Amino acid sequence: MSYHQVAGTRTGGKRPLRRFADAAEPWFYSAPVLVLIIAVMLVPLLLGLSYAFRDIQLLNPFSGGFVGLKHLKALSQDAAFYRALKNTLWWTGASVFLQFFFGLILALLLDKPFAGRGIAQALVFLPWAVPTFLAGLNWAWLFNPVIGPLPHWMVSLGLLSAPNNILADPQLAMWGPIIANVWWGIPFFAITLLAALQAIPRDLYEAAAIDGANPLQRFISITLPFLAPTIAITILLRTVWIANFADLIVVMTNGGPADRTQIVASYIFTQAFRRLDFGYASAIALVLLVLLLAYSMLIVVIRQRLIEKD
Amino acid sequence: MTGKLIGTIAHRGAILVYIAFALFPLFWLLKVSVTPNDLLYSEGVRLWPSRSTFDHYHFVIENSAFPTFFKNSLIVASSTAFAVTVFSSLAGYALSRFRFRGKYVIIALMLITQMFPLVMLVAPIFKMLSPLGLTNSLTGLVIVYTAFNVPFATFLMQSFFDGIPKDLEEAAMIDGASRFTAFRQIILPLTLPGIAATLGFVFTAAWSELLFALMLISGNASATFPVGLLTFVSKFSVDFGQMMAAGVMALIPACLFFLLIQRYLVQGLTAGAVKG
Amino acid sequence: MASIELHSVGKSYGDHPVLEGVDLNIDDGEFIVLVGPSGCGKSTLLRMIAGLEDITSGTLAIDGQRVNDLKPKDRDIAMVFQSYALYPHMSVAENMSYSLRLRRKSKEVIDAAVGSASQKLGLDPYLARRPKALSGGQRQRVAMGRAIVRKPKAFLFDEPLSNLDARLREQMRAEIKRMHAELGATSVYVTHDQIEAMTLASRIVAMNAGSVQQIGSPLELYDRPANLFVAGFIGSPGMNFLEGRLSQSNGVSEIVLSNGIQVSLGRHVARADGEMVTLGIRPEHVVAASSGTGVEAQVELVEPTGLGVILHLVVHGESFKLFSTDRMLMQAQGAIHVTLPQSRLHVFDKDGVRISEDDV
Repeated sequence: MSYHQVAGTRTGGKRPLRRFADAAEPWFYSAPVLVLIIAVMLVPLLLGLSYAFRDIQLLNPFSGGFVGLKHLKALSQDAAFYRALKNTLWWTGASVFLQFFFGLILALLLDKPFAGRGIAQALVFLPWAVPTFLAGLNWAWLFNPVIGPLPHWMVSLGLLSAPNNILADPQLAMWGPIIANVWWGIPFFAITLLAALQAIPRDLYEAAAIDGANPLQRFISITLPFLAPTIAITILLRTVWIANFADLIVVMTNGGPADRTQIVASYIFTQAFRRLDFGYASAIALVLLVLLLAYSMLIVVIRQRLIEKD
Repeated sequence: MTGKLIGTIAHRGAILVYIAFALFPLFWLLKVSVTPNDLLYSEGVRLWPSRSTFDHYHFVIENSAFPTFFKNSLIVASSTAFAVTVFSSLAGYALSRFRFRGKYVIIALMLITQMFPLVMLVAPIFKMLSPLGLTNSLTGLVIVYTAFNVPFATFLMQSFFDGIPKDLEEAAMIDGASRFTAFRQIILPLTLPGIAATLGFVFTAAWSELLFALMLISGNASATFPVGLLTFVSKFSVDFGQMMAAGVMALIPACLFFLLIQRYLVQGLTAGAVKG
Repeated sequence: MASIELHSVGKSYGDHPVLEGVDLNIDDGEFIVLVGPSGCGKSTLLRMIAGLEDITSGTLAIDGQRVNDLKPKDRDIAMVFQSYALYPHMSVAENMSYSLRLRRKSKEVIDAAVGSASQKLGLDPYLARRPKALSGGQRQRVAMGRAIVRKPKAFLFDEPLSNLDARLREQMRAEIKRMHAELGATSVYVTHDQIEAMTLASRIVAMNAGSVQQIGSPLELYDRPANLFVAGFIGSPGMNFLEGRLSQSNGVSEIVLSNGIQVSLGRHVARADGEMVTLGIRPEHVVAASSGTGVEAQVELVEPTGLGVILHLVVHGESFKLFSTDRMLMQAQGAIHVTLPQSRLHVFDKDGVRISEDDV
């Protein structure tokens, strides 16, 4: 039989060409994506990191030389940066917490079947589709006493003494972008948590109900443990994302009044766009990136500890 | 029984509160956009003006470059949505169906892209694109937006592919199809909900992007809607009626797309969650 | 139609072997059933023949031609999946004609092939329907139809009946057998159900833990199982195994069971005196005897099956089963007498390998 001769020379294995073609196949499918993210995201990222150590003025053709740690040194003495760092904590913490809290409640509400659920779901998720700059403008207008109802309502409720724009009040200004962010971001948490809720096998609830657990006990003993991984990963990703998210602040307050709403991301934006100082902006971005990576590592380590404890 | 009834009422009530909170800002946008200028201040807190008008819309459409912005945004958002969907389908399929060395490297690279402030990329991308003549060009924007959206879209598509049994393309390959033919003729048609979700998601994202559009585009000719609207706002910052009319117009395509696809988004994420 | 030859075909994932050296020559027109418990490698072997899994070592030839490197589409084989794997977005007719359309056959050829297959399978009224609108049995037929329209070199079946209810399974089993008789197509059929294996196969390949245990006709496996695994796997209720020690005297061997009972084999077994062996006898071969003969056994449990009755018996601490169609035994209680006919006894050595009757 003819094939025996072929088999004799190399038992079993495949011909090198076929072996190569097989190994290369998945790479053909992923090549466009890989090329794009490497060329348009990772290479610029490395370039951007190098800018932190260079003098880059966008419109100045003679800039570009290495300046070593100059930007980082300047940054370490930049009071505005420290204020922005503090504001970032406040902005991120409040936004994430409120988005998560209201998102979880919404997901639980939507997990129950009821007539009109499809429409209700589409409507409550709608803010997510609103372009962020437009969400910012929209909320800025709502807070504007000339055109928006909110200041007047807050006076009626006794929250404000006079119908003023809270975005102009240094004490309250940060609440403006936070409320806009919560409005815009609830759907993301709700969608993610709803998906996780719907993946919980229904018979677990039935078994627990037969065992005599009340709704609260069922929530604590079944729902929460099942949601925990989704919650952990979503909060981690969203924290990073929101810390980097400057659109709303740039549109609504531009960091003001008196830098009271300036977060690190919007500070980078200001440095880059208003002053066209990309070297310094990159240095700030580098520090932000390091802080966010440290935060992610911390979360991952804590999570690992908790898992090991179990 | 009454306890159950109270629970039901509380549940529906809470849903209504959420819907009101979600829709109120958009409603207000619409309300101001149809309020005639002379009533704007006198009827400031009324829920609907005693007279309504489309004058603001007429003005915006006739006296500004908004039709151009609209067209530019439509081109950019649809091209991006199309490109991302094609590329992320291919990559998502590879991640879903192949076991290969380097798979986890690809996943790690894509996760990294979700971690850093995109602001950081503005200057490098500007410097890379300008010698290629891709600044101030819609093509440049499409390339950048495609890259930014492809990682998330790939994960999304992967979770849809994971929901389709492997048997189907194996049957097709035995029937005489190459893997790619099986992918095209059998798997893709079954992933239509996923494709719809990805298209809608990316369209909305590209439609909304402001930062890079501001940076890479100068001049009205290739400005996108967000850039145009922001310029408009800073130029006519007192004419609220016109600004909001422009805002409503910016909102419509994104919202339409979103309403079409939002249920597939939950489906896709559920499929992803099921496989763990 | 074609022959399929496997020459020490093996498979491993990295260092972990899942299938070792399978040698099998399948003749043109044969119906081979791969049978074994789940995880024994039978499905992997089938998928290797289909080209869906790589072959790590050895040679696979279809029609005398080495096909290790051929993609599934170039092997010209058809396969029926356990899940049926019908294309949900295509009608029944489109499902059945997909392979022909891929090969760019003319419309007349396609219509004729689909028409004759659907007629054979009674699918004519359903041709325009989507798979979703079909019952389980109809889907199964469509899967079969998809395989037969293109007249492939061989048919592969991967547990095609296991998603059907018992009644339908029996009906489809007969239909597959009839179709094989009619088409005479070389077939390889994977199942974990030994009844399917017995009824369909021209030869059975019994597999366990990634290796072939025995290849032979159904009756060979039933009558002369090569080892304890095959003996226990084929037949229902399963064969009784009793451990004991071989005792040789005057050219006739005897087995002394652990409970002290001596069973004469009536022949000589070429093994050393005192060696540990296992005695096997099928429940249907244990004979209920009139009192005074054989040994006395306590009746533990009576399981009527309709056709007959299964008795769970204990003799001095050894339990075993008896199957009989004698309805009188349904009333059995207390003690009965049983004998073990010598011609029905199987003897396996300490490694579980059958000690052959010819082995002198």
